[in-house]
Formats: sequence, C-alpha cells, structure tokens
Amino acid sequence: MAAASCGREQGASMAALARLQERLEGLREEYFLTNRAIDEDRKRKYKAAVKIQRWFRACRVQVCLRHLTKMVILIQKWWRGYLRRKHFREIVERAYFIKKLKFYNEMAVRIQKTWRGYYVRKYIHNFYALKKYLKAVSMNNEFVRHELQEYTEMKENGEKMKDLEKKDKEKKYQARKMHYLLSTKQIPGIYNSPLRKSPDPMELLLRKSKPLTHRKQPVKSPFADELYGWPTCKEPPAFVTSLPLLPADRRKPQGPFRDPAEVLRQRYKPLEPTLRARESMYSAPGKAREPTRREEWRNPIHDNEFLPFSSYHKNYEKYEPSLFKSDKYGQGAYGTKYFREVYPKKWIADKDFETLFPSIALFEKFGKTYSSTGQIV
Amino acid sequence: MSQRQVLQVFEQYQRARSQFAQAVADFAARPQSIDTLRSAGVVCLLRPLLLDVVPSIRQTAALALGRLADYDVELAEAVVKAGILPQLICSLPEENRYYKKAAAFVLRAIAKHSPQLAQAIVQSGALGMLVICLEDFDPGVKEGASWAFGYIARHNPELSQAVVDAGAVPLLVLCIQEPEIALKRIAASTLSDISKHSPELAQTVVAAGAIAYLAQMIPNPDAKLKRQVLSALSQIAKHSVDLAELVVEAEIFPVVLTCLKDSDEYVKKNGATLIREIAKHTPELSQLIVNSGGVAAVIDCIGSCRGTVRLPGIMTLGYVAAHSENLSMAVIVSKGIPPLCVCLIEEHEDHIKAAAAWALGQIGRHTAEHARHVAVANVLPTLLDIFVDTCSSEDLKVKAKKALKNILQKCTYLPALEPLLHEAPPSIMKYIIGQYSKVLPHDSKARRLFVTTGGLKKVQEIQAEPGSLLQEYINTINNCYPEEIVRYYSPGYSEMLLERVENYQPVL
Repeated sequence: MAAASCGREQGASMAALARLQERLEGLREEYFLTNRAIDEDRKRKYKAAVKIQRWFRACRVQVCLRHLTKMVILIQKWWRGYLRRKHFREIVERAYFIKKLKFYNEMAVRIQKTWRGYYVRKYIHNFYALKKYLKAVSMNNEFVRHELQEYTEMKENGEKMKDLEKKDKEKKYQARKMHYLLSTKQIPGIYNSPLRKSPDPMELLLRKSKPLTHRKQPVKSPFADELYGWPTCKEPPAFVTSLPLLPADRRKPQGPFRDPAEVLRQRYKPLEPTLRARESMYSAPGKAREPTRREEWRNPIHDNEFLPFSSYHKNYEKYEPSLFKSDKYGQGAYGTKYFREVYPKKWIADKDFETLFPSIALFEKFGKTYSSTGQIV
Repeated sequence: MSQRQVLQVFEQYQRARSQFAQAVADFAARPQSIDTLRSAGVVCLLRPLLLDVVPSIRQTAALALGRLADYDVELAEAVVKAGILPQLICSLPEENRYYKKAAAFVLRAIAKHSPQLAQAIVQSGALGMLVICLEDFDPGVKEGASWAFGYIARHNPELSQAVVDAGAVPLLVLCIQEPEIALKRIAASTLSDISKHSPELAQTVVAAGAIAYLAQMIPNPDAKLKRQVLSALSQIAKHSVDLAELVVEAEIFPVVLTCLKDSDEYVKKNGATLIREIAKHTPELSQLIVNSGGVAAVIDCIGSCRGTVRLPGIMTLGYVAAHSENLSMAVIVSKGIPPLCVCLIEEHEDHIKAAAAWALGQIGRHTAEHARHVAVANVLPTLLDIFVDTCSSEDLKVKAKKALKNILQKCTYLPALEPLLHEAPPSIMKYIIGQYSKVLPHDSKARRLFVTTGGLKKVQEIQAEPGSLLQEYINTINNCYPEEIVRYYSPGYSEMLLERVENYQPVL
C-alpha cells in the first residue's frame, strides 16, 4: 500500500514539480519580493513596536519615578523642617545667651570703669598723697643734709684739733731742743730783746720746757725691726746666724776678765728647762709632787721672802734703837729727832741770832734756776 | 786643730751664702740693678738656696725672689719656669712665719701680672698651702696669704672659683674680724675681687656670712678700709635683686650716707657705686633709697666732687629716675637737676657728659610736668650744643639725641622750646615742631607769642618733604593762623609782592 500511494504521490508530485520548475524563477523573484516586503514590513513594525513599548515603559518608569520623587521630597521636607526647627531652637538660645553676655559685660565694664577710676585716683595716682610724699621726701632730705653737714663739720673739727695738737707737740719739742737759747740774767736771749716790753711767746715756752736729755744710742737688738718691716717685706730679717765675732786684732784687755768666748757661750746658751718645768702641773708625777710642795711651803727655813731689789730694804727695814735711849714708855726723841737739849725758860729773847749782812739775793737763787720747772725767776 | 779648720770652712760657706742672699735681696729692692741681676742668672742661683739648711737663708732667698718677680712680667715667668713654685710650697706647713710671709709675697708677686701666671700657681697646688697660711695665728702671714688670694682671684671667674674651692672664703671672713686694720683691708679687697665675677661666687661669699661683718665696718674711720669694704659690698649687690636685698637688710642705710661725705675721694666714689648697684634693680629698692634720704646725699656728693668720681652718683640718679615717675619727681624735688646741668657744662670727659645727658633724659621723659622742670633749668640748649658739637664722641651724641628726644616729646613748655627752634638740626626739629603743633591749636596767647618771636617765620623756612611727619606738623601749625599771615611770613613773599606791583595796571 505504501508503495502505491507512494507512486501516486510520486506522479502528482512530478507534475507539481514540473509546474513548480516553470514558475521557479518567477517564484524566486516573487518569493524574494514578498520576503523583502514582509521583511521591511516586519522591520517597520518591529521598530514601531519597540517605540511604543519604549514609550510605554518610559511612561511607567516616569510615573514610578515621579511617585518616588514626590515621596522623597515629602520625606526630605519633613525631615529638614524638623532639623531646622531643632537648630533654630539652639540658635535662638545661643543668640539669647550672647545678648545676655554682652549686656553683662557692658555692665561689668561700667562697674570696673568706675571702680578703677576711683582706685587709681585714690591710691595710685593720688595727687594729694603724691604731694604729701614729695614734701615728706624733701623734709627728710633737709634733715639728712643737715645731719651729714654736722657730721662733716665734726670730722673736720676733729682733724683740725689733731693738726693743732701735732703742731703744738712739734713746737714744744723744738723748744725743748733749743733750750740753750733761754735768756740768763746777764745775757738776754734771742727771744727776749731788752727793747721789747714783754718777752716773746717763744721765750715763755722755753722757760716752761724741760731740757732734753741726751738720747741713748738706739740699741739694735736682733729682733727689734723684724716686726716693723714685715708687712711690705722691705727689710730682710736680722737673725742671730752665728755667735757675734770679736775682731781678730783685739788685744786682751788688762784685768781679771774671763775668756770672752766662754762668756758669750754662757750668754747665748739656749734655754733648757728642767724636766720639772716642762711637765704640766696636772700630770701624774706632777700631782705626786704636790704634797712635797705643800710641805715646803709649810716648813721654810727663813721667814723672810727673797727680796728682789737692794733698795727694797731701805723702805722695809725698821731701825732697831739702842737700849740706852729707850724709856719706860718707848723711844725718846733725843738722838733721832734732836741732838741738843733746849731750855726755853733760860732764853733771853724769842728770836734767833741775826746775821749781820742781808744775804745776797742772787746767791739765794743759786741752784734753783735750772733744775726746777715752772718757776719764773 | 783640724776639726776647727773643717768647721771653719763650713762656717765660711754659710756666711757666704747668707751674705749672698741678703745682698741679692737688697739689690732686688732697687729697680736699676734688676736688669743686671737678671742677666747674671740670679733666679737659678737663688733656687738651691730655697732648700738651704739655715732658715734665715731660705727666708732671705724667698724674699729676694719675691722682689724680683714683683718687678716685671718676664722675671715672674722666669721664676715660674725655673720650677721654683713646687720647692717654695713643699715644706711650707712646717716653716716659721717669716718664711710663710716671704712665700706668700712671692706667690702674690707672680700672680699679679697675668692670668696665665696665676693659673700656673693654681696648678702647682699652691692654693692649699695658702689656705694653711690663712689659718696661721700671725696677722702678717694671714695678710700675705689673703693678698695672694686676692691677686689670683682678680683675673677671671675660673681662678676665682679655684680660690673658692680651696676653701678660702670662710677663712677670709674670719680675717675680716681680726683687729689689725691692714689685714681687714686686704681681706675685704680679696672678697671684693672674688665676688665681682659672677652671681654664684657672690652667693658663696654671702653664704659665709660676710655681709654682716662688712656692714659693721662701714663706720670705721680708716679711709682705705672703707674703700675696700664699700667696693666689696657693691660687687656683691650688683649681680641680682636678691643679693642687693640681702645687702640692704644688713642695715647699711643710713650709715652709708656718711661715707658720701668722707674727705677721701674714692670712699665717696665707692659709696656712690654701692648705692647705684642697689638702686638699679627694682623700683622698690630705689624707693627705699629715696625714703632714707639717699638721693639728697648723692646729689650733694655730685656737687662736691670733680671728675670720674662723680660718675656713679650721676648714674644713680639716672637709675632712680628711670623706674617710675614718682621717683623721678622725688629726684626733681631733691634739687637733682642743677648739679646734673653743671656736670654737662663743666666736665671734659665724654663719658661723664654722656651719663649726665642720659640721667637728664630719664628724669624728663615721664610726663609734661617732669619735662617742664628739666626745660626750665635751661638744659635743652646745652644738650643741643653737645649733640651738634663735632668733637663729641659718637656715644655722647647718641645719648644726647635720645635724651633730647625723650624730653622734647613730653615738653609743652614753649618758652624753653623757642631757642631750640632757631638752632636745631632737622632730626631734632621734627620733635620741636611736633610739640608746637600739639600746643598751638589750643592756646591763643602762645600763638601770638609764636608769631612775635619769629617762630612762624622760622617754620615757613623749613623745607620738608611733602607727606612726611614734619610736613604734617607744619600744616597743622599753618592751619592755626589766618592765611595772610602765613603768606606774609613765607619766604619770597616780598618778591611776589613786587612782582604784583609790576604787573598791576593802575586804575585811572
């Protein structure tokens, strides 16, 4: 069956095929043109569809966006309003605060201004206080100047006095040196000219002053001028470097003199104190000697102390009178106070013997003019 | 006997040494023979004698070396180079006082010439020995030792510090309390030399308690001692406010004012220096000085002295017046301006004149009142003369100009400004014109006087650059007067009038 149908179909188809083949070129063209038209049509339609879709979609999106924008604006509007209202409160508070502060500042400035003006005028630049102070300063200055003036005057006076004293001393020393210029009775001195009414003051000074004795030769002791010259080290130290040498050609002096070398050695022997002197009083052997010392003091042989100078005896020694002159009641005055017995009842007259001639006045003055001072003859 | 002969030889040698040492010492005291001695090589010959057995030869040799070193720098250097210092000081503690004195003399003679020699002495370890000498009982030895310390410490702060480190300061303070005047003098001078270099050294001296003893010695009648004591106190007080306050607390006022009346010039100078050092620190200290009458004493002191002795007194017044206007007014009230004027005119030295100019500037610069007092005393023409004078030094000119500027800027006393107007150089002129321009707009009498005395004429003659300050002042002055009078006095007015006459067409 299939083969038969196939054959029939094959024959029909063969005819169709031939017919088709005749129309083939024309079909081809037709096909091509139709396709082209359809294609163009399709393209056009496609573009239009795209356009429409685009437009529609855009509208949709725009609606969406518009909606969204509106919502966003709404939100933002409310939010911003809220924020600004909040900030506004703060701004207002701040402005108020600043305003108050400025006000307080101004008031404080006013107070400070008045106070400072008052204070400065009263205490710092107080004109009257300044004037008083300056017056006090000038008074104090006057006082100080016065005191200093007094002080200088005192010092000057002191110096003048010292100068005067020095001059006086020098004058007196000169008078003592020139004592030989004093006038005698026979020869008037230089300062006592006979033509003058009264002697020169220098003459009077000479009369008053004691003559100078001869100055002893200054003994150059080895230790004398060391301490003098030392602060400026101008003079060398003078030391006993060796025993003083005698000149070699010295002749031996006549007489029972000891050997000079021995004498000098003894003279310059260095001090060697005994052990006893060198030891202290309070050391053990020193203390041990203490009882013997006391004993010595207690049992001396003489009672007379050792007298230092020979003339001491003169004042100290008492005269022992002889037994012939002593009475029952003590010493008689005869022999010490008077040597001759007197009988006043036998006297003829009260007065003593008179000499025949008056004594020579000048001879009475003998021995008195040069040795006593302060007497004007 | 042969023993005697042997001993005789030794005796001869000893005698010869002793004679040599004494003869060299005698020659060294005469300046003309020192050169001969030096060429004969005396230093090397004296060196072994320093270690001699006999003490007197050692002393004489030391004395001779001291005199040689004292004479000349070169000899001192020769002495140091010959290595004498170690031998001098090696046996010092056991020696007697004459040797110590001679050794101290040698050290001081070497140290006085230059810092290097003093440094050599310090390095040889002599300071310890000198301290031992300072502890000795004999006042002569102490004097020699403190003199040596003084000469060492004088040169620079390091040497002073070395002296302080050796522990000399407490001993020096003890020396000041001794009864001998010469020792007190030297100790005070040494303390002054130590404390002058720096505040720390002065603080060390103060910490040893020196101020009380120094202050006690101010009333002492000896003039040289007073010089040294005042110098020491001023060196201490100059460094800082605290030290100055410590010095003041020792109650030196008003005793120190008696020193300003002393007959010795240098006592006055040192007293004024002490007051100056105290016054310059703070207004309170200056106030103290004014209140105790110190300003009056200083002014009298300036009036009675001549020359450099016046300088510290002048500076004191300047410092006191510089602190505040009340103090400046106190100086004026104490009659401070006339002596300063006299100083400006009389003195020959430029630095004293400069100080006087500065002091006057400080007095007058505070207010118009002060400037008026200064101007009334006829100071401004003198200052101007000094400024213009060609033989004044630069420093003097600068100070005179500053003083003039300070006073003129406050001076409203026109009669005093007027003589300056005619003589001033342009740099001063602007201040004068400035003052006129401040006063004239308000005072009609002054305007009239200004015209009649020829001031307006002078102002017209001044050439000033337009736009400068001087021109502004001139304009201000010209605006005070009607135009005719300004034109009348402007230069060239007579020619202008004549020209107008020429060009005039007579109206028939």
